[in-house]
Amino acid sequence: MDTTTVTNFKSEEYFINMGPQHPATHGVLRLLLTIDGEIIRKVEPDLGYIHRSIEKMCERDSYQQIVHLTDRMDYLSSHINNEAVCLTVENALELEVPERVKVIRTIIGELTRIASHCLWWGVMGMDVGALTTYFYGFRDRELINDIFEETCGARLTMNYNIPGGLMFDIHPNFVQRTKDFVAHFKTKIPEYDRLLTDNVIFQKRMKGVGILSKEDAISFGASGPVGRGSGYSCDVRKHHPYSALDKVTFKEALKTEGDSLARYEVRIQEMWESLSIIEQLIDNIPEGEHKVATKAVIKLPKGEFYQKVETARGELGVFIDSTGTKNPYRLKFRSPGFSNLSLLNHIAVGGKIGDLVASMATLDIVVPDIDR
Amino acid sequence: MDLMKVNNRAVMTNEALQNLISSWIPELEFTEEGSQFLNITVQPENLHQLMSELKSNSETNFDYLFCVTGMDWGSALGVIYHLESTTHRHIIVVKVKTEDRENPTLDTVCDIWKTADFHEREVFDFFGIKFNNHPNLKRLFLTDEWEGFPLRKDYVDEINMIIK
Repeated sequence: MDTTTVTNFKSEEYFINMGPQHPATHGVLRLLLTIDGEIIRKVEPDLGYIHRSIEKMCERDSYQQIVHLTDRMDYLSSHINNEAVCLTVENALELEVPERVKVIRTIIGELTRIASHCLWWGVMGMDVGALTTYFYGFRDRELINDIFEETCGARLTMNYNIPGGLMFDIHPNFVQRTKDFVAHFKTKIPEYDRLLTDNVIFQKRMKGVGILSKEDAISFGASGPVGRGSGYSCDVRKHHPYSALDKVTFKEALKTEGDSLARYEVRIQEMWESLSIIEQLIDNIPEGEHKVATKAVIKLPKGEFYQKVETARGELGVFIDSTGTKNPYRLKFRSPGFSNLSLLNHIAVGGKIGDLVASMATLDIVVPDIDR
Repeated sequence: MDLMKVNNRAVMTNEALQNLISSWIPELEFTEEGSQFLNITVQPENLHQLMSELKSNSETNFDYLFCVTGMDWGSALGVIYHLESTTHRHIIVVKVKTEDRENPTLDTVCDIWKTADFHEREVFDFFGIKFNNHPNLKRLFLTDEWEGFPLRKDYVDEINMIIK
């Protein structure tokens, strides 16, 4: 087509509504797109459809109750969310939990990360039109959920952590089942690669799309695989280790390309690293108590306490301002999804709607994490 | 410069940070009481100057704004900023307060850190603090018709709030 033909058509911008009930937004998130033809000019997220104001609820709840609210945020990282609050409370009380608790928390945290990435990998393929991945991802995630069910009594909103330790000790089958899973899953990640990562169509959809530079990643407060896909070393487990993470060796998955494929590959790499962390710990769970006693009514000393942890989505921060009573005066959750979503406009502008769906899938957004 | 080792990396001590930062703006309040980080309280009129210096100075280089918390201290409203440097790995907390509850206004920092755009909109939504020069200051979670600011301590909603 020569240029004279092109100028005969008028280019006009218009709005299109994506969501709040759209399969690619993974929850109730509405995007207001400004479109010129099929080129995106602006993406404006409209939030709040499922906002529960957990931060306000926390101001009237006891610290034990707050733990239960956190797994309703990023429900795929529920164990790690619970851990974040428990660590903040324990640090404030200067309570040293037994080594056994630290190791079990870390193992289950890494299992949670694998389960979350399995689900992400499944829906990631589905978002770009490969339905098979969905069933593969869910098949393997199911095995982890079974382990959780046996030990914690719940599959998703686990509530296994309490301030001072764990609700109860691990199930006698836990160690063996976890080992079986690790052995099983090691044969499955190469399958994932053969099925999706190495697929030519998939590669072309992902490579060079949705590019985020390292400077922008830091400026937008990106964390987790989104930051690490841009070469930004932001793994909280490395920089501010907690629980048993200072006792294990693992590589921080880093990619420098900053495109959708880089973020994808970081998560695949993270699953290998999580398996390695579990293997290092699973044979060496120290004997001992699974909790230390706390008072029935926990009162934090006066002051401000901050704790960050690495969930499957990135950096979750818990900020507690305590006046010395049984409730926090103010509690703030710095959720990874909130900051990661804010850069969606930046990486989507200039691309096509189809690429927006693929880029958004690599941000791995969980809406309740944003609408806290 | 005072240095200490954290994770085998040399970082500035809180004391060294305090000496450096207090040389920029005289009337800053520093405290480490009741917090694991160094806290700076800044007057609203000096907020933007302090923040841009914290980011651009190569010795501090606080390039990662990881948490923005709206606060209602009862008499005053304000914001707490948690900053980290991705090169030096030190952390600092900046607090700013305004006594004006009717029309609280602070300067935006979203020209310094892009993440502040969403975070400040959240603070505006729940605390009603306005940010000068913010490019798109409107409610983020709540609808435009919503009355009041729910995370303020004096907010009353007899239907939706369960008070224990």
